[in-house]
Amino acid sequence: MTATIYDEAPAAVLARASLREVVRRHPTAIAGTVLLLFMVAIAILAPYLGTIDPQAIYPIRRLRPPGADHWFGTDSIGRDIYSRVIFGTRVSLAVGLSVALLSTAAGLVIGLVSGFNRLVDAVLMRVMDGLMAIPPILLAIALMALTKASIENVILAITVAEVPRVSRLVRSVVLSLREQPFVEAARAAGTRSGRILVRHILPNTLTPLIVQATYICASAIIIEAILSFLGAGTPPNIPSWGNIIAEGRTLFLVAAYLILIPGIFLSITVLAVNLMGDGLRDALDPRLARRM
Amino acid sequence: MFALVLRNLKTEQRVALLFAYIVRRILATIPVMGVVAIFVFSLLYLSPGDPAAVIAGDHASAQDVERIREQLGLNEPFLTRFGTWLWNVIRGDLGTSIFASLPVSHMILQRVEPTIALTVCSMLVTLAVAIPMGVIAAWNAGTWIDRLVMAFAVFGFSFPTFVIAYLLIFALSMWANLLPVQGYVSITRGLWEFLPHVIMPSLTLGIVFIALIARMTRASMLEVLSQDYIRTAQSKGLSTVQVLLGHALKNASVPIVTTIGLGIALLISGVVVTETVFAIPGLGRLTVDAILTRDYPVIQGVVLVFSASYVLVNLVIDISYTFLDPRIRY
Repeated sequence: MTATIYDEAPAAVLARASLREVVRRHPTAIAGTVLLLFMVAIAILAPYLGTIDPQAIYPIRRLRPPGADHWFGTDSIGRDIYSRVIFGTRVSLAVGLSVALLSTAAGLVIGLVSGFNRLVDAVLMRVMDGLMAIPPILLAIALMALTKASIENVILAITVAEVPRVSRLVRSVVLSLREQPFVEAARAAGTRSGRILVRHILPNTLTPLIVQATYICASAIIIEAILSFLGAGTPPNIPSWGNIIAEGRTLFLVAAYLILIPGIFLSITVLAVNLMGDGLRDALDPRLARRM
Repeated sequence: MFALVLRNLKTEQRVALLFAYIVRRILATIPVMGVVAIFVFSLLYLSPGDPAAVIAGDHASAQDVERIREQLGLNEPFLTRFGTWLWNVIRGDLGTSIFASLPVSHMILQRVEPTIALTVCSMLVTLAVAIPMGVIAAWNAGTWIDRLVMAFAVFGFSFPTFVIAYLLIFALSMWANLLPVQGYVSITRGLWEFLPHVIMPSLTLGIVFIALIARMTRASMLEVLSQDYIRTAQSKGLSTVQVLLGHALKNASVPIVTTIGLGIALLISGVVVTETVFAIPGLGRLTVDAILTRDYPVIQGVVLVFSASYVLVNLVIDISYTFLDPRIRY
């Protein structure tokens, strides 16, 4: 009645399946990937998509509703929202990707080391537990309050907020792998710890890590937008979706499009990343898929 | 007689074990809060600018600033300052706001009511919606009902809080004209004044939480529904509702409750955004104002209060397992 709804498709079988088979099995994941590639294309091609300078101010054309001249309208100082939203794609994707890469790399190192050394484990995991007790957005906000607003600092602040969860994940995988027969066999054969870590443990942590990285990417895009929306994120001279929404906040009764259009772009991008993550999870780890 | 003694002894042992577990669990929160305290203190220690110069004002002489530095103990080494600060925090003194010149603890107490009202309301909405959703989805696993619930869960995760907030405002306030756009009325002014102002914020705050809990309920129910005792219960002739609620949901409850506890972090993050959109004068709004003015003592205070409540809720939940599930060892 229940347990058999997901057929247990081992990763190896999927790898051999044809493209058509993959599409049939994971229609939403493919939709997510296509949407995301579309967003990446927008980000790369931003200057060639009929955009003008996203920072150019035309006070005489302020608060124009969406129309033929300005597809997405203009804001309170006459900047073209279409150009700003298109260029904003770059910020969101750059932040999402950088945070995903940096925090998985940092989490991987912390998790591997603490999974293999008890003393380091005791210290690092207390620190991670403490950081996890601070809600991620609050942690990122507090860190942003220490530094000046810049994209690099936004990326760093969100990374610090995401690292504890990744380290925990990697550590738990390492702990369970450490007791596996193949690791014991390697140790019995006289393999050094470092080599066991790199050759036997590391490859097995990658699958859950890749899935986790996509979710971190989605969450980082949301946190960047929230930080910018609250005025503690990307500096106002860079068009990001959060900034556009923040600037439209006081005007939302007269110019709803200032919030709705970047909001829709933001939601679609995050949705695309999440769908891709779900697809990856189902494909790479059927056991995890059944649990979630 | 002997049997009775043995049973009593067992109960006593059980109570002793339970008590030991609870004490252990409480002690385990100390290092966690310690790390939070070090982080929060470092915020002020590392903050750019000299608090003494800020307090002294623009027209102060170098001697004035030095005197204030001495008074505030800013010339002391890190550990001494941390010790003094921690001792003050434990006594409930969170310092003084740089801009409002009010005690931070006082400012937090003033703002705490709307935040508690908001979180409690969204929690109620979440539980009332998410658990039935998850149970129904698990029971109808693989059907369109299940897919609908899962689709909602994915969408709920993907739509940022402020986007949901504005969508609700456009739909319910501006288009249907049902609810006030912004603002907050305390529950002390009457339920009928309070409710209209809290419906949209709680929904906004609740959606991502509903997505999370519905998903977890479904997953946990699926796991339990495949167990043998469920088939036994069904073959005994119990009704579907009896099996689902009495047998399945009860046994599926531990992961669901865990997720609720961990999800409080989402709720707290959401509060900061929701209060900003709906102009609710709560702790979230206080946080944002403090960030914009770089009022470090206030930032420290709210981070500390939010984190402590998060840890406390999860402590209570951990302890509640022992009552929810007698199979858990302690």
